[in-house]
Amino acid sequence: MSFQLSAYRDRLSYQILLLGGACALVSLLLVAGNELTLPRIGDHLVADKLAMLAQVLPASAYNNNPLEHSEEQASPQLAEPVVLMQATRDEQLQANILQLIVPGWGGPLNMIMAVNPAGEVLGVRVISHKETPGLADKIERAKSDWITGFEGHSLANTSAQQWKVKKDGGEFDQFTGATITPRAVVRGVHEGLLIQQQWQQKGQPSTSQPPTGASSHD
Amino acid sequence: MTEFCHSDTPSTTSSGSAYARIFRDGLWDNNVAMGQMLALCPLLAVTTSATNGLGMGLATLAVLIMTNGIISAVRNIISPQVRIPVLIVLIATVVTLVDMTINAFLHDLYKVLGLFIALIVTNCAIFGRAESFASKNPVPLAIADAIAMGAGFTWVLVVVGGIREVIGSGTLFANASLLLGSGFAWLETTVIPHYSGVLLAILPPGAFMALGFLIAGKRLIDRRRAHRAQQKAMQAVLAS
Repeated sequence: MSFQLSAYRDRLSYQILLLGGACALVSLLLVAGNELTLPRIGDHLVADKLAMLAQVLPASAYNNNPLEHSEEQASPQLAEPVVLMQATRDEQLQANILQLIVPGWGGPLNMIMAVNPAGEVLGVRVISHKETPGLADKIERAKSDWITGFEGHSLANTSAQQWKVKKDGGEFDQFTGATITPRAVVRGVHEGLLIQQQWQQKGQPSTSQPPTGASSHD
Repeated sequence: MTEFCHSDTPSTTSSGSAYARIFRDGLWDNNVAMGQMLALCPLLAVTTSATNGLGMGLATLAVLIMTNGIISAVRNIISPQVRIPVLIVLIATVVTLVDMTINAFLHDLYKVLGLFIALIVTNCAIFGRAESFASKNPVPLAIADAIAMGAGFTWVLVVVGGIREVIGSGTLFANASLLLGSGFAWLETTVIPHYSGVLLAILPPGAFMALGFLIAGKRLIDRRRAHRAQQKAMQAVLAS
């Protein structure tokens, strides 16, 4: 077989066929691989999102599926619109969930936060980031409990001046060697609170919300 | 330098010594990072800790075995004129398929290794082995070469990562259980407690320095070995 092959291998048409054949085969494999793995990857992403949600808000706190209804709100401060979701229990608003992207040091910081109807932070997590490993990755809950420092803070109990890292005269710690990353996270949380306030003042979205909005009870 | 190394290995052509040669090359003499000076971009980028180095090394090893095996199997079909685009397309496909498969079926592992798998595409060592070895040798030899080169790359990554981690943050194999499972939690050690860390080691210059010292160390050892071999040869000549 290799004898026959070597007779053709130097011809121009062989190169064209080989290259075309290789590309066709590879495309077929990639399409098949994508078809086989896409639904599973999609399931995992939803599960990941719910697991992430569980970190900022215990699953027992709500009984709807917050992922079902989401709203986007653009912010002049952020490049990407903020995604807003609501966690309700028996039609009562438990928390607003915000997903936002702020620019960090090495790339965008993908954050999720839960805010209760009183405007207090229930929890914040950075879902994904490209910050320096071993240095600025203390924003991950797995590596440090720094990110839990936001819990309980609100626009009411923390002034705009205090929504900064200590180096800039604010409330929140920075870590050795990394100022830009914690600064970005603090800014993101502050921005998130401002947006959620606007959103609440504008009136709750009509979805699954009784006319007597839960926010009026507080 | 390779001439010296050849001189102290038996020059028989039996397959046993061919494998021994492959492993000596992969692990030391012609090591991907320290001998061929390839794959330095992923090496410098991910070795901020020994665990990261290990993750990248193992992912590279797995991909290398597959690409070397496949390319060696089809080496007679691939013509020299268009081999480069064909090899690139094959390697990119294997990496993409591995990425998708791990994401779908081993999702927890993917969350730890995901970054490394995507980075393998930038690893010129994969293409280097395909081009210089797998496309010229039978499948068993090509797979042995992949294992040797992958293992050689892995140990360098772990050592560079370990050096940077100990100097930079005072720990060794931190978060190893995230990569290897909770059974490996014993690997996680704090070498220097209450250590404030040397930032330089974690930042890119630290990678260049650690790698530089490693390569210098390898050169020193090789030179000493060659010197000793030369002396031995001289003595043999004098004795006869």
